[in-house]
Amino acid sequence: MSFENKVPDPRPGIEKAPTGIAGLDDITHGGLPAGRPTLVCGGPGCGKTVLAMEFLVRGAQRFGEPGLFVSFDESPRGLVENFRSAGFDLDALIEAKRLKITHIDLSHGEVVETGDFTLEGLFIRLDYGIREIGARRVVLDSMETVFATLANTDSLRAEIGRLFHWLRDKGITAVVTAEKGAGELTRHGFEEYISDCVLVLDHRIDQQISKRRLRIVKYRGSLHGKDEYPFLIGEAGVSVLPLTSLLLDHQASGERVSTGVGGLDEMLAGQGYFRGTTILVSGKAGTGKSSLAAAFAAAACARKEHCLYFAFEESSAQLARNMRSLSIDLESWLKEGSLTLRATRPTFLGLEEHLAAMIQLIDTLKPACVVMDPVTNFLGAGDQPEIKAMFMRLIDYLKSRQITLLLVALTTIFGKPDETEEKISSLVDTWIALDMEMVGHARRRQIYIVKSRGMEHSQETRELVMSSDGLSLRGLPLGEPS
Amino acid sequence: MTGDTPDKKWILRLYIAGITPAAERALTNIKTICALHLKDQYSLQVIDLLESPAFAEGDQIFAVPTLVRQLPKPLRKIIGDLSNTEKVVVGLDIRTGT
Repeated sequence: MSFENKVPDPRPGIEKAPTGIAGLDDITHGGLPAGRPTLVCGGPGCGKTVLAMEFLVRGAQRFGEPGLFVSFDESPRGLVENFRSAGFDLDALIEAKRLKITHIDLSHGEVVETGDFTLEGLFIRLDYGIREIGARRVVLDSMETVFATLANTDSLRAEIGRLFHWLRDKGITAVVTAEKGAGELTRHGFEEYISDCVLVLDHRIDQQISKRRLRIVKYRGSLHGKDEYPFLIGEAGVSVLPLTSLLLDHQASGERVSTGVGGLDEMLAGQGYFRGTTILVSGKAGTGKSSLAAAFAAAACARKEHCLYFAFEESSAQLARNMRSLSIDLESWLKEGSLTLRATRPTFLGLEEHLAAMIQLIDTLKPACVVMDPVTNFLGAGDQPEIKAMFMRLIDYLKSRQITLLLVALTTIFGKPDETEEKISSLVDTWIALDMEMVGHARRRQIYIVKSRGMEHSQETRELVMSSDGLSLRGLPLGEPS
Repeated sequence: MTGDTPDKKWILRLYIAGITPAAERALTNIKTICALHLKDQYSLQVIDLLESPAFAEGDQIFAVPTLVRQLPKPLRKIIGDLSNTEKVVVGLDIRTGT
């Protein structure tokens, strides 16, 4: 996801060109093979052009590598306009000579073929473009069009082979796109020429939901993720979702962060949660889950940390108002900028997109603490096991980045811990349960710690008091049933 | 290099990249065809992309040799060493009697 934090390839030797594409550098252990061509193939509309263009844009913006985009299909104007709607300002990069789009219009004029030929004209134009901006990265989109135009495939094959050698000799990191063939990776067997790295993209519609998948078919000399990874094309370009955790070596911080409630810190060995761990706060409706989450967020802000709060059931205004009644001042943290509140209601149909948007935001803001209130939707998607898997990996991802995550889960009013909690339990380091109990005619909130890894926490049940003075805990009188 | 002549009915350009055997064959072939079918009605310009790479963009040249029929319209391209005379004649749309 975040290339700054890329996992180093344990096998040295292969130099990588980071793509800057969220997630892709993680599953490729640092990017595409530098100075070599990579084949990106897939069916129409699978996102090849977007991925290829983003590779150049990020290269130009972040890695000081100018890029040449050779388009055999679309005109430069069309590309600039399409990418503007996707949030990319190609014109600015073109102006700054960090990007050049060369349109080799194969449909220009009626074409007849007779006798041998070479693609020297293409080489000359490539060379011209590369020299003009000092390009280190080149995209050829799409090679399919070249084959569709020229019939003498023998001449063509020899020339394509020569083209890839030529690019390698120049040390250019190239992305070559091709159409998926029936039974083969590509229709014209490009995989024969490009053996270093091959990515396959897929776009399918499943139960009216658009699903994009990315797979690394091969990557010579490098470790890479083997799964079929969901990816999305969103406002900030391509995101490859998962969030791999190829290595289970999360750092374990000894640092503690306050829960925002003095009494609860005390129950957690006197100091609160461990930084970089995952906390679950579960309970029935009205037991004070969101209040506990808000107290945690406010405490983070007070430590001058950035906190990102995802509210899935309440609007920002509603949440801020409710918390104000408990003396938890979210508004001033919002104004000050240390708190970011995102209130959206995920629908079951858009969960994948929703997760992607969350990941992109986390990646952009790089918060120290994240709250998700509640996560029930993500885990309750019974017929969408992939969503659950993705969500689990998101949790794992945050942990690997030492981001402290607080999850709020609603338990059913029938009281028995539901399967949501069981599923999530193994991922959770600290589990705080809230409950409500009738005492005479009054209801009383109770709080206890189901578990908290790595610390000697209190086994008591205490009362959670919510008043205009804030949240506090109170010991329950001994002997009283709890 | 023979310059474009505005009073000619046929304006042809042959794009090559260096004097390769295929380029030489293409030039010989097109000269023969023109002499036979177009007599004084044509001008032929040879453009070596190694010397003038910028020219490749205008006529969207990617393969060499490429013969471009600039006039009469519409623009037509014949890629290759022009070894198949019949294909070239058909490709250029040279009808006997014109």
